[in-house]
Amino acid sequence: MGTIELNHIDKFYGNNHVLKDLNLTINEGEFMTLLGPSGCGKTTTLRVVGGLERPQNGTMTMDGKTVINAKENFFEDAGKRGLNLVFQSYALWPHMTVFDNVAFALTVQKKPRAQIKQKVENALARMQILEFAQRYPSELSGGQQQRVAIARAIVSEPKVLLLDEPLSNLDAKLRVEMRSELKRLHHELETTIIYVTHDQVEALTMSTRIAIFFEGELEQVAPPMELYQNPASLKVADFIGNPRINFVDGRAFRKGEALTVHSDLGRMEFPSSLFTDDMNEEGEFDCVLGIRPEKIRIMTRPTDGAIDAVIYSVQPAGSETTIHVTANKTSILVKDIGIKTYTTDARVYIDTDLSKVIVFSKQTGRLIKRAIPD
Amino acid sequence: MNRSKLIHQYEYSRPSRVKNWLYNGVTNPYNIMVIILVLLLAALVVWPLLQMVITTLRLDATDVSRVKGSSEGVWTIYYWKRLLNSIVSQNMLYKPLAHSLLISFSVAFISIIVGGLVAWLMVRSDLPGKRFFSLAVIIPYMIPSWCISEAWIAIFKTPRVGGTQGFLSFLNLQVPDWLAYGPVAIIAVLTIHYYTYAYLLMSASLRSINSELEEMGEIIGASKFLILRKVTFPLVLPAILSSFILIFSKAMGTFGVPAFLGLKTGYYTISTMLYSAINQRQTAMAFSISLILIGLAALVIFFNQLLIGSRKSYTTIGGKGSRTNLIPLGRGKTIMVILLSVFILLAVFLPIAILVLQSVMLKLGDYSLSNLSLHYWLGAGDPNIYYSAPGVFKNPFFYHVMGNSLKLVFIASFVATFFGQISGYIISRGRQLRSGKLVEQLIFIPYLIPSIAFGAMYLSMFSVARTVTLFGLRFTIFPALYGTFALLVLVTVVKNLPFSSRAGAASMMQIGKELEEAAHLQGAGFFQRFRRIILPLSKNGFMSGFMLIFMSVMKELDLLVVLMSPKTQTLPYMAYSYMSGGMEQLSNVVAIIMFLSVFIIYYLANRFFNADITKGF
Repeated sequence: MGTIELNHIDKFYGNNHVLKDLNLTINEGEFMTLLGPSGCGKTTTLRVVGGLERPQNGTMTMDGKTVINAKENFFEDAGKRGLNLVFQSYALWPHMTVFDNVAFALTVQKKPRAQIKQKVENALARMQILEFAQRYPSELSGGQQQRVAIARAIVSEPKVLLLDEPLSNLDAKLRVEMRSELKRLHHELETTIIYVTHDQVEALTMSTRIAIFFEGELEQVAPPMELYQNPASLKVADFIGNPRINFVDGRAFRKGEALTVHSDLGRMEFPSSLFTDDMNEEGEFDCVLGIRPEKIRIMTRPTDGAIDAVIYSVQPAGSETTIHVTANKTSILVKDIGIKTYTTDARVYIDTDLSKVIVFSKQTGRLIKRAIPD
Repeated sequence: MNRSKLIHQYEYSRPSRVKNWLYNGVTNPYNIMVIILVLLLAALVVWPLLQMVITTLRLDATDVSRVKGSSEGVWTIYYWKRLLNSIVSQNMLYKPLAHSLLISFSVAFISIIVGGLVAWLMVRSDLPGKRFFSLAVIIPYMIPSWCISEAWIAIFKTPRVGGTQGFLSFLNLQVPDWLAYGPVAIIAVLTIHYYTYAYLLMSASLRSINSELEEMGEIIGASKFLILRKVTFPLVLPAILSSFILIFSKAMGTFGVPAFLGLKTGYYTISTMLYSAINQRQTAMAFSISLILIGLAALVIFFNQLLIGSRKSYTTIGGKGSRTNLIPLGRGKTIMVILLSVFILLAVFLPIAILVLQSVMLKLGDYSLSNLSLHYWLGAGDPNIYYSAPGVFKNPFFYHVMGNSLKLVFIASFVATFFGQISGYIISRGRQLRSGKLVEQLIFIPYLIPSIAFGAMYLSMFSVARTVTLFGLRFTIFPALYGTFALLVLVTVVKNLPFSSRAGAASMMQIGKELEEAAHLQGAGFFQRFRRIILPLSKNGFMSGFMLIFMSVMKELDLLVVLMSPKTQTLPYMAYSYMSGGMEQLSNVVAIIMFLSVFIIYYLANRFFNADITKGF
C-alpha cells in the first residue's frame, strides 16, 4: 500500500509553467524527499499528489488505481486518496482543542466515540503531547504545535504521509531532534512518506531516496549517498554538500579506453569502466572536475602525485577544519576532521583521491565519469 | 505561449473528458454558489435597473392624451424630452440638479478638510484627551443626519417660516431666513454628519503609514511642510479620494435633510424632486431623474478609479502595527484643544441637548420652566395639542412601528450578513478567477445607486407582478410586493450587500486557505468544512458585520422613504411624518429613541466584537 506513480505531469499557473513533464515513481514504504531551491516546484508536486492542485496534463496512480487523469478531467477528491498532509504553517484549527484537531478526521468518518478517544490518545502519546489534549493551539509552543500537526495527520493511518517543510519554522536544536523523531516515526508506521524541503541536510539524513528539482524539472532521483557522491549534473553537485564541492576546469582527451584530464591539479587518468551513459564526447574537449572538500589531503612534505599549493585561509570549527588553498591559481576548499593548524601563506602539498574525483562535460553539464562510491 | 506544444501528449478518452468536466462542474460547491449568486444579483440588481430604463422609454396610460397619435406602452422619448428640454426642465431637473451638485461638492469638500484635520490631530499629533475626543468625534456618525436637521430647525427657526420661534429667535437674535432653511443649512447639517466618514477613512489611512517613511524624508533633510506635501499627502490621497466619492454620492442621494431644511422654502434637490415626482405618480419622470442620479454617481466613481488606479494598494502597506512617532503641537496645543472642544460642543452635544430639550417643551418657542412637560413622551392624547396625538410611549402605533423597525433591522441585517459572508467567501477564494471578479463587480452595483434612486427602482420593479408565459404556463418571476414588509427587507438586503460582502471578504481573507485544505484532506466535504471550520472562524466577522449593518439600517430613511406604506412604517419614517405634519416634539422623541438604540448597538459592537465601523460604508 502506498505506491505512487506520476506520469507526464504538467502544471501551469497562468502562463507560468511550474511543473514540466514530471515523471516520478515513489515506492511503498519509501521516505522520498523532494529537494530543491525555493520556487522549483517541489511543494506544487506535493500538492498535486495531495489533491489540492489540479495539473493540466498527466496521470497519477496510487497502488495502480488512477487518481489523476488530467486529459480526462478526472481528479480523485483529496479526501478520498487515503493520504494526509502536514502543512508548513501547521494549519491547526485555532477554534478547536488539540484533541478536537486530532479527532477531526475520525469524526468525519463517524467512528464510535470510544474508538476515537483511543486512537487520538494513541497518536498524541506517540508524539508525546498527550498532556496538552485539552489546550488550544495558541497555547502551545511552535514545537508542540508541530507535534499536534503530525498527530493529526497520522491518526487516520494514511497510506501516504505528505510533509511540507515541516521543520522550517523550528529552531536549530528542535529541528535536529524532530529529524530523528520523524525518521523513527517512518520506521514504526511503515507508511510511504513524501517530504518536501529546501534543506539538503534534512534530505540527506532522512530520506531513502531524494528527488531533486530545478525550475520545475526533475533533475535526478537517487538515494542520498548516491546523490552526494555521483550527482548527475553540475547543478546537483553544486546544490548538494556543505561546504560546497570544488569545481576545477580542465581539458580532457578521450583516447580509446581511457580519459586523461589536464588541469591546475595536474594530470589525471580515468578508466572507461567508470564512464556514465552521458559520456558522449570524443577526442579533445573541455570538462569540469568535481572534488568533495573532504577527499583532498593536505601534507607538509611532497609525496608522489601531490601538487604544490599555498594556504590561503584556515577556519577551525572544532569538529572539523575548513582550509582554503591555492593551487596554480585555482582556489580549492579542503575539509579536514579535527583541529588542524596551518600558517597562512605556508607552502603545502595536496593529494587528491582519484577514485573520488568526478568529471562533468563542460558543454552539457552532465556527469561523464563516476566516483567509486564508499 | 502554446501549451499544447510544451506538454507531452498521451492517449485519453474524449467522452470521459466531457463527462468528468460536467461532473466536476456540478459537484463543485463553489460553482453552484457562484451560479446562484450571479442569478440572484442579475434578478435583483441588473434586471430592476433595466426595468427602470425601460419604464422611462414607454408611454404611460395617463400620458396617452399628451402625445398625439400614440397608445399606451409605445416606445417614446417623451419623458426624457420633457425632463431635459421643456418648460418644466428648469424646475424639475436643472435647478434641483444644480442645488444637489452645489450641496454635494460643498459637503464633500468641507467634510474632507474638517475630517482630515481631526484625523491628523487624533492620529499623528500629541493632542491631549484623545480617549474622550476619539469617541466624541464619531457620535455624529450615529446620529442620522435628519436628526441633526431637527436640531438645526429648533435652533435657527424663525417665526416667519417655522411658525414658532427657535432658540435664537427666543434670545432676540435676528436669524436670516437663508441660515434657517436652504443650502447653507443643508450643507452645514450634512457636513456635521458626513465629516465622520472622512475622519474614519483618513485616520485609518494615516494610521497605516509607517512613520519611518516620513522620518526618511527628515533624514534627507526635507522640511516638515515638504514632507507633508511629498510623502504624507500622496499616501493618504487614496483615502481622500475615496472619502470624496463616498460623501459625494451619499449626499447626492440623501433625502431627509433637504426635505426637512429645503421643502419649506421651496428649495428642491434632485432627491426631494424625485420623491415628489413619485408622490405625484409621475413615475417615468421620477425614474429618469433616478437614472441621471445613478449616472452621476457612476461617473464620480469612474473618475476616482482613473485617479487612484494602481495606487490604491498604498493603503495596505505598512499595515502592521508599526511604530508611530507623534508630532508635538507645541504652543498650538491649547488652541487645538479649545477649537476641537468648541466644534464638538456645537456639532455633537448641542444638537443632542436641543433635541432632548425640545422634546420636553409643551409649546414650541416657549423656553420658560413651566412649559416643561413629559407630555410628548408619556402623556395621553390632549384634544388641544396636535389633534390629540398621544405621547410616544402612550401611542400603540409607536410600538407597532418600533416592532417593525426591529424586525426589519434584525432580519435584513442577518440576511445581508449571511449573503455577505457567502459572497465574501467567493470573492476571497476566487480572486484569481473570473467568477470571483464577476461576483465582486455585480455586488458592487448597488453601491453606485444612490439610496433614494435604489428605493425608486424597487418601487417600479415590485409594484406589479411580473410574469412570463412559457409553454402556456404562467410563471411569476417577481410578485407584486409593494406595501409588504418583504419588500423592505429585500431592498435593505440588496442595498447593503456591497458593505456586507466587503466585510465578509475581509473576514474570509483572514482564514487561511490551508485551514480549509487541511480539513479537505481529512475527508471533510464542502458543507462539513463550511460548518465546522469556516463558520466558527468567521463568527466574529459575522457578528461585527451584522452590527454594522444593523446600525445603518436602524437609521435608514433615504432608501425606504418611497416604499413606505402605513402598515410597514419604521422609526425614521415615523419621525419624518411627525415632522412633516408639524409635530416637532413628537418627532424629536422618536429621533432620540432611535439615536439611543444606534448608540447602544455601536457600544456593544465595539465592546464585544471589535467592530470596525469603517467597514460599514
